[in-house]
Amino acid sequence: MTLVEFMQHLANGVSLGSLYALIAIGYTMVYGILRLINFAHGDIFMLGAYLTYYAIVFTSMPWYVAFALAAAITGLVGFLLEKIAYKPLRDAQRITVLISAIGASFFLQNFATVVFGGRPKAFPIPSIMNKIINIGGVSINLITFIIPVIGLGLLAGLTYIIYKTKTGMAMRALSKDYDTARLMGINVDRIISITFFIGSFLAAVGGIMWGIKYPQLMPLMGSMPGIKCFIAAVIGGIGNISGAVLGGFILGLGEILLVAFLPGLTGYRDAFAFILLIIILLVKPTGLLGEKVTEKV
Amino acid sequence: MKRKMGVLILVLALLSSLLTACGGSEETGGADSDVIKIGVFEPMTGASAAGGQMTVEGIELANEVKPEVLGKKVELVIVDNKSDKVEAANAVSSLIDKDNVVAIIGSYGSSLSMAAGDIVKEKRVPAVGCSPTNPLVTLNNDYYFRVCFIDPFQGTVMANYAVNELGAKTAAIIQDVTQDYSVGLSKYFEDAFKELTGDENSIVAKASYNTGDQDFTAQLTNVASANPDVIFAPGNYGESALLIKQARDQGIDIPILGGDTWESPEFLSIGGDAVEGAVFSTHFTAEAPVTEVSDEFLKLYEEKFSKQANAFAALGYDAYMVILDAIERAGSADPEAIRDALSETADFVGATGYITLDENGDAVKSAIIKKVENGDFVYLTTVNP
Amino acid sequence: MAEDRLKVEKERILDRNTLILLGVLLVAVVVVDFFANDHVRTIANLCGIYVTLGLSMQLINGFTGLFSLGHAGFMAIGAYTVAILTISPANKEMNYFLEPIVPFLADVEWSFLPALIMGGILAAIFGFLIGAPVLRLTDDYLAIATLGFAEIIRVVFTNTQSLTNGALGLKAIPKFSTILWSWIVAFLSIVFMVYLIRGSYGKAFIAIKEDEIAARSMGINLFKHKVMSFTFSSFMAGIAGGLMATHLGTIDPNMFRIALTFNIILIMVLGGIGNINGTVISAIIVTAFMEILRFLDSSIDLGFIKLPGIPGMRMVIFSIILMLVVIVRKDRLLKEN
Repeated sequence: MTLVEFMQHLANGVSLGSLYALIAIGYTMVYGILRLINFAHGDIFMLGAYLTYYAIVFTSMPWYVAFALAAAITGLVGFLLEKIAYKPLRDAQRITVLISAIGASFFLQNFATVVFGGRPKAFPIPSIMNKIINIGGVSINLITFIIPVIGLGLLAGLTYIIYKTKTGMAMRALSKDYDTARLMGINVDRIISITFFIGSFLAAVGGIMWGIKYPQLMPLMGSMPGIKCFIAAVIGGIGNISGAVLGGFILGLGEILLVAFLPGLTGYRDAFAFILLIIILLVKPTGLLGEKVTEKV
Repeated sequence: MKRKMGVLILVLALLSSLLTACGGSEETGGADSDVIKIGVFEPMTGASAAGGQMTVEGIELANEVKPEVLGKKVELVIVDNKSDKVEAANAVSSLIDKDNVVAIIGSYGSSLSMAAGDIVKEKRVPAVGCSPTNPLVTLNNDYYFRVCFIDPFQGTVMANYAVNELGAKTAAIIQDVTQDYSVGLSKYFEDAFKELTGDENSIVAKASYNTGDQDFTAQLTNVASANPDVIFAPGNYGESALLIKQARDQGIDIPILGGDTWESPEFLSIGGDAVEGAVFSTHFTAEAPVTEVSDEFLKLYEEKFSKQANAFAALGYDAYMVILDAIERAGSADPEAIRDALSETADFVGATGYITLDENGDAVKSAIIKKVENGDFVYLTTVNP
Repeated sequence: MAEDRLKVEKERILDRNTLILLGVLLVAVVVVDFFANDHVRTIANLCGIYVTLGLSMQLINGFTGLFSLGHAGFMAIGAYTVAILTISPANKEMNYFLEPIVPFLADVEWSFLPALIMGGILAAIFGFLIGAPVLRLTDDYLAIATLGFAEIIRVVFTNTQSLTNGALGLKAIPKFSTILWSWIVAFLSIVFMVYLIRGSYGKAFIAIKEDEIAARSMGINLFKHKVMSFTFSSFMAGIAGGLMATHLGTIDPNMFRIALTFNIILIMVLGGIGNINGTVISAIIVTAFMEILRFLDSSIDLGFIKLPGIPGMRMVIFSIILMLVVIVRKDRLLKEN
């Protein structure tokens, strides 16, 4: 392939990678504190996209307001999800909570089918973003560059919150050692709620970006990306935010480059994520940037 | 614990007797009662939801226009097959065994129709497909009919257009390997194209994707590097719209052609500006009404839905009318009699044209070629078989 | 304390509850087989298949405490094995119109029972191969890893055109599966499970579930037992998959997604984790209700009022039920029979 084509593939890969990274962060934050795989996270991402659609199409607010509003509402949905499906089970066995998570995911998917309808909807792309630009012979849609920029911006904001605020410190404490942090007087409920809100907010932004890049909204659109993003988080080291970002990029780039260099294996694209997962789990289960945790008897 | 078990076992026993009783008493709607039930199985949710919903609109309109036959009321029993083959099989089973329908309409999507094929054959209830175009739907199945043309024809139509109108010498194919429709149509296009150009190697690239995929950038880049004159990419409207958009985003200006699944409002809304100039084959156009029934249908549809009619609604309308016509000719609502009458359908005046069902149960019809211009579907030409 | 121990010794393997259940089921199956119409018989057939599935999930999740989400994958292996082996050569040609089937399978046509057993064995082999590396992982990772394998299997089946006919799926699978077959398998599963659990293997499984570290220090070979449990469970899932294939007559890789596993999880949770009798009953109830509640998806004609159908409503109700059961029961979810 020519250099031009390679650059095109690279740009696409980075774009997809940042989308995955945005969603993976939500998974890793929740897992870090609660040791819970929030299966419903992918469907939160879907909700974010749909809410934005309705905000833009049915009200006259400008797109940036709609984006922010929809993301905030989705954050609230995540907050509610935690209160309804996970909080009552906080002291129960892991398997129980996992089943609740799967149930929540299914509920959201089918609820979306019932309420939004099974027919796909076209995501309203703000015209500013829908421009094709030409860089040295490579034609790319502007959105491909906007996504990583926004992603990194949000990541910077998140890093600030986590490392420079008291809430962030509490989050880190809870994820390092839950019981001790609790004993130290941290308001666990509040921190967990904030975690879910932030994670869902980010997923919603991811959903909006995804809707702009792939403007077809369907109720089940969050299913496969959700699983893949969890895998991204695991690959990078679950519980570790930089790990989630790294994992997201590895997965996004890997997928695109796989199909680019080995077009005969296009069909195996989805399996790529799972194969990577298995390899990581067998070789370095704590992930690329994760730390080993010993189980105390 | 024992009491709870006892209660549960009681529930179980109750359930099984309920089911048995329930199942046995569903005698309404058979050939002798005063309601004639026609089953409809279409995808109302899932990847093909738009197609199914559009078709059902046409069927329901037809039911309103002609709600009675042989002095009895005609009742539609509509079941969603969720764009899923297993559900399609279950839906048809349920329609036949539980609802005792005398005929079935459906389904949008050749794979879904084929999933039901064995069942209607085994249970001897005739089925009429509105828009499934893969030949295997009716092949070797005396109980399956359709009111639309089939892919061997549709493939040649588009190949002809590519070679004669666009002057294409090479082509690339991007197919959805999860859909019999896409795979079949691509194959017929390929055969026709090779024959027309006389060049065995005229298909310079082939790529594939799965239903539900959203990113086609890699496939497009690879296909474009082979420099085809034209790309043939039949597939669901959603995936196709995304595919074309991504192609244009990457600066790929090669004309992209498709098949009848593109005719849906979502294709336009999702594709946006990118799908300008896309050309595809379909069954019907409001701009060139073929028969006086077409005019009538267009008027009624506009009145009921306040928008212009599409091919799938028109085919749905015709499927219903064809069945009622068969019932009238047979003089009875017995499924076998309906089947026999259906196989003799000739020159039936439908909204989509004159329908004659050949020995396979397929309709010999003309194809319409449409193009996307200024954000709307515009009629280009008619191709006769 | 000693008295309790003696009491346990004296217990028969098949306790009264299970025997009553088996008896009632036997009668019910015979009645349905002879008197019910086709639609009900289809449901009854499916119920039998889901009983086997529910029990196989119980074995790995309920009794051994390993959260595996890979069931759909093993069902796929069983289903495809049986399908490929039983479809007649003529129908095979019709199916594989895009790319012909691999030569060594082209003329193969087996009868039902050998094909079914082969399906189970292949699934078990894969269970063993997958289990060996994966079962070392803890809870959540195991869940995702097994899910990953199930998805890999599905994707592989979607792409190996000449072996499985890829995404086009297989049609014209001879419909061997009857109520008799599914329920014979179901009964065998029930009896097998009961004997397994009450025996020493079963006690080892339960010990592993209760406290892995304690079990290990007691000398139980964790790994060997985990792999065994996983292999047995896969065998059962494979057979159930084969029954499913010959019941539906048509399969394709898209059937075997996580949604399928979700159904089985629902059955297991409703029946009570670790509860064999409960699982059997919940399998029947869930499967039957899935069909009965179909009306939620389509229009309801109450004579004086017509409520329009809402596609998807069925699954919404189901997921709500699952979550309610999980949240309300929470710890009681784990109580044993």
